Amino acid sequence: MLYASGRFIAARAATTFPTPPKGRGPALRGKRRELHIPGHLESPSCDALAGQRTRPSAPLAGRVILKRGRMPPAIGGGLAGSELRPRKGRCGSQAARARGRDVVPEAATRSPKRPARSSPQLEAASRWATLAVVTFLAFATRFHQLDQPPHICWDETHFGKMGSYYINRTFFFDVHPPLGKMLIGLAGYLSGYDGTFLFQKPGDKYEHHSYMGMRGFCAFLGSWLIPFAYLIVLDLSKSFPAALLSAALLTFDTGCLTLSQYILLDPILMFFIMAAMLSMVKYNSCADRPFSAPWWFWLSLTGISLAGALGVKFVGLFIILQVGLNTISDLWHLFGDLSLSLVTVGKHLTARILCLIVLPLLLYVTIFAVHIMVLNKSGPGDGFFSSAFQARLSGNSLHNASIPEHLAYGSVITVKNLRMAIGYLHSHRHLYPEGIGARQQQVTTYLHKDYNNLWIIKKHNTNSDPIDPSVPVEFVRHGDIIRLEHKETSRNLHSHYHEAPLTRKHYQVTGYGINGTGDSNDFWRIEVVNRKLGNRIKVLRSRIRLIHLVTGCVLGSSGKILPKWGWEQLEVTCTPYLKETANSIWNVEDHINPKLPNISLDVLQPSFPEILLESHMVMIRGNNGLKPKDNEFTSKPWHWPINYQGLRFSGANDTDFRVYLLGNPVVWWLNLVSIALYLLLGSTLAIVMQRGVQLPAELEGLTQVLLRGGGQLLLGWMLHYFPFFLMGRILYFHHYFPAMLFSSMLTGILWDTLLRLCAWGLASSPLASSIHSVGILSLLLGTAYSFYLFHPLAYGMVGPLAQEPESPMSGLRWLESWDF
Amino acid sequence: MLGFLRRPLVVTADINLNLVALTGLGLLSRLWQLTYPRAVVFDEVYYGQYISFYMKRIFFLDDSGPPFGHMLLALGGYLGGFDGNFLWNRIGAEYSSNVPVWSLRLLPALAGALSVPMAYQIVLELHFSHCTAMGAALLMLIENALITQSRLVLLESLLIFFNLLAVLSYLKFFNSQTHSIKYMGIFTYFLVLGVAAVHAWHLIGDQTLSNVCVFCHLLARAVALLVVPVVLYLLFFYVHLMLLYRSGPHDQVMSSAFQASLEGGLARITQGQPLEVAFGSQVTLRNVFGKPLPCWLHSHQNTYPMIYENGRGSSHQQQVTCYPFKDINNWWIVKDPRRHQLEVNNPPRPVRHGDIVQLVHGMTTRLLNTHDVAAPLSPHSQEVSCYIDYNISMPAQNLWKLDIVNRESDRDTWKTILSEVRFVHVNTSVVLKLSGAHLPDWGFRQLEIVGEKQSRGHHESMVWNVEEHRYGKSQEQEERELELHLPTQVDISRNLSFMARFSELQWKMLTLKSEDSEHKYSSTPLEWVTLDTNIAYWLHPKTSAQIHLLGNIVIWASASLATVTYSLLFLWYLLCRRRRVCHLPEDAWSRWVMAGALCTGGWASNYLPFFLMERTLFLYHYLPALTFQILLLPVVLQHVSDHLCRSRLQRTVFSTLVVAWYSSACHVSTMLLPLTYGDRSLSPGELRALRLKDSWDILIRKH
Repeated sequence: MLYASGRFIAARAATTFPTPPKGRGPALRGKRRELHIPGHLESPSCDALAGQRTRPSAPLAGRVILKRGRMPPAIGGGLAGSELRPRKGRCGSQAARARGRDVVPEAATRSPKRPARSSPQLEAASRWATLAVVTFLAFATRFHQLDQPPHICWDETHFGKMGSYYINRTFFFDVHPPLGKMLIGLAGYLSGYDGTFLFQKPGDKYEHHSYMGMRGFCAFLGSWLIPFAYLIVLDLSKSFPAALLSAALLTFDTGCLTLSQYILLDPILMFFIMAAMLSMVKYNSCADRPFSAPWWFWLSLTGISLAGALGVKFVGLFIILQVGLNTISDLWHLFGDLSLSLVTVGKHLTARILCLIVLPLLLYVTIFAVHIMVLNKSGPGDGFFSSAFQARLSGNSLHNASIPEHLAYGSVITVKNLRMAIGYLHSHRHLYPEGIGARQQQVTTYLHKDYNNLWIIKKHNTNSDPIDPSVPVEFVRHGDIIRLEHKETSRNLHSHYHEAPLTRKHYQVTGYGINGTGDSNDFWRIEVVNRKLGNRIKVLRSRIRLIHLVTGCVLGSSGKILPKWGWEQLEVTCTPYLKETANSIWNVEDHINPKLPNISLDVLQPSFPEILLESHMVMIRGNNGLKPKDNEFTSKPWHWPINYQGLRFSGANDTDFRVYLLGNPVVWWLNLVSIALYLLLGSTLAIVMQRGVQLPAELEGLTQVLLRGGGQLLLGWMLHYFPFFLMGRILYFHHYFPAMLFSSMLTGILWDTLLRLCAWGLASSPLASSIHSVGILSLLLGTAYSFYLFHPLAYGMVGPLAQEPESPMSGLRWLESWDF
Repeated sequence: MLGFLRRPLVVTADINLNLVALTGLGLLSRLWQLTYPRAVVFDEVYYGQYISFYMKRIFFLDDSGPPFGHMLLALGGYLGGFDGNFLWNRIGAEYSSNVPVWSLRLLPALAGALSVPMAYQIVLELHFSHCTAMGAALLMLIENALITQSRLVLLESLLIFFNLLAVLSYLKFFNSQTHSIKYMGIFTYFLVLGVAAVHAWHLIGDQTLSNVCVFCHLLARAVALLVVPVVLYLLFFYVHLMLLYRSGPHDQVMSSAFQASLEGGLARITQGQPLEVAFGSQVTLRNVFGKPLPCWLHSHQNTYPMIYENGRGSSHQQQVTCYPFKDINNWWIVKDPRRHQLEVNNPPRPVRHGDIVQLVHGMTTRLLNTHDVAAPLSPHSQEVSCYIDYNISMPAQNLWKLDIVNRESDRDTWKTILSEVRFVHVNTSVVLKLSGAHLPDWGFRQLEIVGEKQSRGHHESMVWNVEEHRYGKSQEQEERELELHLPTQVDISRNLSFMARFSELQWKMLTLKSEDSEHKYSSTPLEWVTLDTNIAYWLHPKTSAQIHLLGNIVIWASASLATVTYSLLFLWYLLCRRRRVCHLPEDAWSRWVMAGALCTGGWASNYLPFFLMERTLFLYHYLPALTFQILLLPVVLQHVSDHLCRSRLQRTVFSTLVVAWYSSACHVSTMLLPLTYGDRSLSPGELRALRLKDSWDILIRKH
């Protein structure tokens, strides 16, 4: 750490003060202070508002030049914005910022008091060296003790398992899009993992299975977050201290570290989010050279990263929204630039549509195409998808299916709801609990294949043995009155005037009767949608409806999840409202009838767009299905920024190797304070500007950085945080981390600007020149020290729990709710 | 000083006959045959209950909105001398003679009638012509859905009235006060707030004003738009809670402390209880979270089954459950582990935060216990039982540490009703918790109680409070059982402060989950715009006269069209102006923006939030949004005629078209009139002809 700080000071001295390489920082600064003292004697006021009102303009200009020599980078950007009107009236700060780099040396030449310029090679070298150090530190922290613990941690059990599924090419279902898991699978495959580990539950030992490839890949992507953050902040603020501070906050955050060290989707997601943000910022700074190679490069890279982010989790939509907003404002400025012809504006628009809409969409679709191509074997996710979809999977009973084509009496069938992700008509030997309709056998829908999904189709009035070879085969026709007998329990599908368990306005559906003998409430009329009376019913293809004869209601599934007594399967009801919805339409999937010839059916192969649509419907329903339970403690969005409670990644007892996902409280609380400070400072400055107060040029520069650069980051934080308040699904602490990245970058910019403002305000006192560097340095050292304190959370700890007073961590349990 | 005497006293009356006529027509259309039908129509069954509660001063809880709307409706009942004695149980039930139907329906009808001239005023304030304003008002006048909705004891017309009033007031630059009828009112409030914020921002930018002046302007706006509504809001709740001081059917949802502040109900039992729980106290313990059901800690002689259905084993000790009814088995005695006595000392020794206690079940004298055995339905938590010694190496672990959650100091005593406590098990440091699951038959479908590890986080379902409380006096078991049967004695009362009651009531209103039930006429927001749905409000018991909530389809379609036209034109002008090629005069543009911001904004903010709501929605939820759309319609028409029709001929043609369109709207309106007023019995053929859309559900009697 000391090593890093030392390098940082050296780098800073070399870069922020383009001085001769031999000039040592303090001595040089002392000299400058003498230089600008006269400027300060005229305006000792530190109040920006009052100060500028009383201050005459001529000395002010002189002062600006002097000060500019002192703190060039941030002010350089501001100067460009205020002095040189951006070309073509493009008033975005991007243009100003883009020119910032060129302007700094230019300004330096104009200032007679500025010492000779440092050599550009050295400046570039130090710039690269800083970046290299930041990157090295990031990788070093992420890869340190990566193999610990050698057992499954937390959600590795899901994502590792899904990686294995890709290696084994087994079809599965997950609520997230496939890219993340595909990459994990690929990493595993390339590093020699054979997909044989079962990933059953957290805590299982990996033993001889190779898991480091997958963890290494996630850590690799997670490490890149830090250089990305560094570059983003550098580009937005043109200030090395700000960039370094942001990078340090992320490097030393135990939460980011923990989250990057395991086989999870989050490092991959955050990698793409940050990559998108970085390329967006970069392409913004190329805005003065439209259609140049770097411009195209960054623009298309933005698109690619967006596709990547969305391909990992739907949370990627937020960064898409941010890039979208940025693009709209960008286009709006271009459109208002009357020096550009409409054709040029059209070109700009087309380029953005191509790179930011068409390209990501293509990539996203490709991801799904690969996903579906790779997974061609039947697996645990089959039942979530429609019959037609399943026919694609080898090993599925519908693959190359040969089944009797027309439905006949006596056939054993499964009935599937046409609405996606509802499942099969199901019953089991459990009764509806007391107080919920009649105490008869439950009928539900169930997504998985199971013996209890089998039904026998019978005539309503006879109970002849279907297997009896002497009885001739009779086909079921549209409009027939039938009875459906549950094969395992021999109860009939039944409905009556009792209210359904959840949807109170519908009627309850039950299994009734003994050995197939029930009453007239077991009779259903089978109808094919859009067909004439008397037609035969085709397996798989006919869309059928079952109408209860006595009450006239239609069999359907409400899609609501039954409570525990119903094993959390979905509710089946009989709806008296004859509305044409997919909920009440079914198709026959499996069909077993030994008396009928099996015909090889070239089952309706779904087209790729259909598959794509269906996968998304299933994912969205899956996401909505993840509802928190009433009497359970759940993580609430307001808990997150205050670091209220972490997540236990591994181990619970004092003898276990424990890893606890918790943000470094120093970093997180600093972030929290910074957001409040930012809002205060930002709105004050905005109001001051709106009042038309003429700020000194250097303040103007700082204000621009704060409002525009900081504004983008604040927007990113809000977009990645506030939508969670509206989400009904169950939420976890780690959902906050993308927002936390933005918040840390904002902190970097804020403190740099704030300290510069202080330095400017206190310009007359001898403290002024050092306040900025001392402030930044103490922040850096503070976070580094707090990381030293809290690092056992991420790298693992053994020993007594923090509740026990003898634990080495007990002094660090700053909140009651932390349990590590 | 006496200057006014020098001049004659002159009263100039400036009467806008348009306004008078519109008001008259509005009153006529809304008040005509107001008492017909003399039966409960649709949601009157729902609001009527609340009116009765107000009349009888019984406390109730309704999550649909703040109480102002209900209070206004009740005001009608109060003025009509309604005594609240009517059983609101069925739509279509005939009103008995004591129900003042006319005065109950009067207020909503007046609000509906006054919305008509208000629409006129608003369009006028937006600086459009009298003709346009007249058009907007006339559209409001003939809109069937608005007529139906205002003629009954329903809240929407009041909501619309206050929405329009808020917009109008802001436009007139008076103090805006958005009254809270339903929570939907808040959307309009935010809209006005947004517009005001934009104006304020411009004001800040106005450099001709001094700092002080700007500050005063902002302060005035903040007071008018933020402070006044908040104060009013609180005031409504204050009146609400003042009026309703008797306990009623919704008591159970509220906390014990709240219940105790109501007259009758729990207060009758708990008043006069000793305040501080002491060792030897006999108490009932109510779960604070109370979901899925409010219930009390309970035990009974039955034991956990030896083996559960899924093959897991239990301790086979006495069951501990949570029971949603008052019962003798809900009584527990707080015992000091170091002493044997079960009665209270004199003076009583109060139990404090951090004390170790044992809880003795009153009827069975067994001690509350938990141990490392999986709970019946939540296998990750510990089973809680009343300990029976089977001598099978399972020692009693019956010590609990009292943790007062809302303590003021660490030496706080345990208080009846007021203290919210957790019981932390001494041996295993689990917390006594209501898991929310119903036990199977062997547990009589009572709720499961478990010991939850503290590390799973704090949750309200772990918190308990003492509800009934008395000091135990007798040592012998038989005497004690007799004592438990006796009612507790009554003397002093305890009252909560208004703010405590307000915040609890507000919180419960926001978090109360209304049952997500499907209704025959419920619909989705998408169906509203195209009027694909209707609601049958009432059907005459014998004839086929019926009332439906049905919009004028011509108006709905053209209003939506106008919104689309507005958005497209707005976008077009915006782009043109950006390229500096727009020929629209500046004042026309600012009028256009202002009208759009209020009307389209009003529509969007009253409509779009419904897409996020998970409750049962009905067509009438769209009416506030529709009003704003109707206001926009003539504005767009005038704009088209003024700025897009180039020649005089075009303008004439356009005016003719508008007249034709308006007469068709009138025609449809009169056609649907029998379904709006329900005054005429129609033949099946006529009814079928009225079914303009296939998705409308019009009731046709089968004969």
